[in-house]
Amino acid sequence: MKIRNVLIVILALIALYGIIISVAEMPPYGSPDNPVHNQVSERYIHKALEETGVLNMVTAIVLDYRAYDTMFETIVLFTAAIAVVINLKKYHDKSSSADKEDSLIK
Amino acid sequence: MKDYILKRIVAVILPFMCMYGFYVILHGASSPGGSFAGGIIVALSFIVFSTIYGLDEGRRILPESVLVWTESFGTLWYGLLGLIGIFKGVPFLANLLAGFKPGTPGSLFSGGLIPLLTLGVGIRVASTMVTLFFTIKEE
Repeated sequence: MKIRNVLIVILALIALYGIIISVAEMPPYGSPDNPVHNQVSERYIHKALEETGVLNMVTAIVLDYRAYDTMFETIVLFTAAIAVVINLKKYHDKSSSADKEDSLIK
Repeated sequence: MKDYILKRIVAVILPFMCMYGFYVILHGASSPGGSFAGGIIVALSFIVFSTIYGLDEGRRILPESVLVWTESFGTLWYGLLGLIGIFKGVPFLANLLAGFKPGTPGSLFSGGLIPLLTLGVGIRVASTMVTLFFTIKEE
């Protein structure tokens, strides 16, 4: 039991060393020449108005460049609503009030 | 709820709330906001109405058939608008490539397909929120 705890501590320290090394290698926060500021954001900023014709750049990205994503977001909403309706909706069955639990199955 | 003041205030505010929601939805292309925020505002107006006036009144002004219809065909509307691109020979959900007019930037119907998509998603979000509210409230 003791040896196992010592091994766990050593493994955790090795993992912590790796994490700290990789954090120290990260680019500085908010610097303009970070690798995230590549040609993709450049293109969105400079070409959005000309390629989509809308002033709001967020709308241009959400509904034109990333229109698939928005489509499946609406499917996520649909799935949520369907799940709630299936689980919570009461099915009013006027003819047989005896077994309300089974009315969905029948 | 039997509060007279609440009922009068809601009766005055409610049309403007609903109209503001549709304003946010339709101006998603040219101002901050958009389909999700506007849809929530439209849904909120119906939720406020059926909280203050009772669930039966809410059901009366927004029948279940309307909710079922918008629930079922909201995403299909989005997909059908996307199919226009395929029929024109360009990718699915293509906007200006599919020949839609960009219009003047900043006007109400600028950006070709985008206002139609925004309207579809907004109505979709509103109907989902109202359906969730009605179902949970009935339970």
